Amino acid sequence: MTQKDIVAALMQSIGLDPHKPFGDDVARIEIHENRVVGVKLVAGLNVDANETDKGVDAVISLDEGTHLEKPVHICFGVLPESGRQHINLDIRIKQDARASFLAHCTFPNAVNVQHTMDAVIEVEPGAHYAYFERHIHGSGGGVNVVPHARVVVHEGAEFTTEFELIKGRAGRIEFEYDTECRARSVVEMTARINGRADDTIVLHEKARLTGEDARAALISHIALRDRATAEIYNDMIATGDRARGHVDCKEIVLGQAVARAVPVVEVRNPTAHVTHEAAIGSVDSRQLQTLLSRGLTEDEATDLIIEGLLSKKARWTDA
Amino acid sequence: MNILSVCNLTLTFDGKKILDSISLDFWAGHVHAVIGPNGAGKSTLANVIMGLHGYTRYDGEVLYEGCSLRGVSVDERARRGITLAWQEPARFEGLSVQRFVTAGSRRKDTAYVKELLDSLGLEPDRYLHRSVDRTLSGGERKRIELASILAMEPRVILMDEPDSGIDIEALQKIFEALRRLKDKGVTVIMITHSMSVLEQADHAFLICSGTLLDKGNVKKIGRYFADKCISCDHINRPAVKEIQA
Repeated sequence: MTQKDIVAALMQSIGLDPHKPFGDDVARIEIHENRVVGVKLVAGLNVDANETDKGVDAVISLDEGTHLEKPVHICFGVLPESGRQHINLDIRIKQDARASFLAHCTFPNAVNVQHTMDAVIEVEPGAHYAYFERHIHGSGGGVNVVPHARVVVHEGAEFTTEFELIKGRAGRIEFEYDTECRARSVVEMTARINGRADDTIVLHEKARLTGEDARAALISHIALRDRATAEIYNDMIATGDRARGHVDCKEIVLGQAVARAVPVVEVRNPTAHVTHEAAIGSVDSRQLQTLLSRGLTEDEATDLIIEGLLSKKARWTDA
Repeated sequence: MNILSVCNLTLTFDGKKILDSISLDFWAGHVHAVIGPNGAGKSTLANVIMGLHGYTRYDGEVLYEGCSLRGVSVDERARRGITLAWQEPARFEGLSVQRFVTAGSRRKDTAYVKELLDSLGLEPDRYLHRSVDRTLSGGERKRIELASILAMEPRVILMDEPDSGIDIEALQKIFEALRRLKDKGVTVIMITHSMSVLEQADHAFLICSGTLLDKGNVKKIGRYFADKCISCDHINRPAVKEIQA
C-alpha cells in the first residue's frame, strides 16, 4: 500500500472521507504502526517526526504567540489484526501560543495490537493547549493501550485533555498522566471510557498544584459491564498558595464488573483547598425509574444513562 | 367515563397502612387533584398507579381502561399511556435537554422539541443542548420534565406536587400546559397540598392518613382543606366524623 492509501484507510476507519478528510488549512499528522505516513503543517506549527528501530520519535512545537484557529488533527493507528506502535512524543506549546489538537487512535481490527506512547508536554507561560483523544476500537478487545505523559503547565497557562473510548472494546488500557500545575495555571483532565466483556482499565492521573492560585480538575467517568474491571487512581496534591483542586470519579457498574477507585487528596498548604466526589454503583434508581416512566425498557434506559455519563464536554465541538 | 380506577387499595409498609382501602375514579379528559396534608399517602398513591419499584405489593386493584395493572411493569404502563412527573425530577449529567425530552417520544426532530420547550416558556436555543444537570433551576428542570412528558403524548399524567420548588411564572406555564392537555383529552391527576394547584382541577379528592375523606366539587374540598386541614391538630388521624357531618 502506498502512504496515500494508508492515510485513506486510516481516515475511513475513523469515519472520515478517505480522499478529502479535511480542508487544506488543517494541519495533520498520521502515523500507522511505526511509520509516519502523512504530515501537513501550517504556519507556526513545527513537526519533526523520525522513524527509529523502536518506533517513532516526534517533536511537535507551536511557535510563541501563534494562535491556530483550526484543531490540528493527529491520527495514530494500526489497521491489521496484529502490530505494534510506539510513539515518543515531545510537545511544546510556546509562550502565549494557543492550539487544540484532535487525535484519533484507531485499532479497528485488533487481535494482538500494542499501542504505547511516552509523551513529554510543556505548556509554556500564557499558552493554551487542548488535546482531545478519541479511540476507535473493534469488537475483539485485542488491543493494549499504554499512554504515559509527563506534563508541565507553566505560569498562567491552560491545559485541557479529554480521553474518550466509547465504541468497541477497550481491551486493556493502562493510562498514566502526571501533571505539574504552576502558578495561576488551569488544568482539566477527563477520561470517559466504556468497558465491557473482559476489558481492563487502569487509570493513574496525578495533578500536582505547586504554584499559587493553580487550579486543576481530574474527572473520570467510566461505565463497566459484563466482567470488565477498572482501577482509577486520582492523585491531587496541593502545595501552592490558594491552589484549588477537584477530583470527580463516577462509575456505573453492571453485571459482574468490578470498579475500584483510589483517590488521594493531599493538601500541604493551609490556604489550598481540594474537593473530592465519587459515585460508584449501578445506575441511579431515580434516573432509571424516570426513564422507565417514559416508556423506555430497562436496557434502553440504562444505555441512555450511560450515554449521559460518557458524553463529551460541549467545548469539543469539532470532536 | 372512567379511564383509571383505584379500587379498595391498601398498601402496607412495615406493618403501617400507608393507603387504607382507598377507592377513586378518574375520568378521561378531566383534571383531578388529590389533596391532603404531608404524609397523607398522596405520592404513594401516584407511585402505586405508576407501578414504581417498592409499590407493587398491595391489596385491591388499579384498573386502567377496565384492566388490572397488577404485574404490569413501569415501562409497559408508560407505553400504554400512563406517566409520572416527579416532585423533584432526576438530573441527568451529560444528557442534553433534546435527548432527554425525546427519550420516550416517537418524534425525535429538533423542531418538535423546540416547539415543546417554547410552549413551556423555555427559550429553545438556550436549552436544547444544555445538560439536564444541576446547573438548571428547579423551575427549569420541572418544565423540561413536563416537556419530556408532553413529547410522549400520554393519556394519563400523574403530576406530583407540580408547584414545589418553582416560581410563579414557571407555575403559570405549567398551568397553561395543563389546560392544553385537557383540551387534547388527556387525563391529569395532580398530587398537591396547594390551593392554587387545587383550583386548576375539575374534581378533587381529599386524603388523610391514606383514607379518602371526601371527593367531588373542588370549591367544597378546597374550603374544607383550607379551614380544617391546614391548621389541623390531628394530621393523619382523619376526622372522618367531622367531614361526614
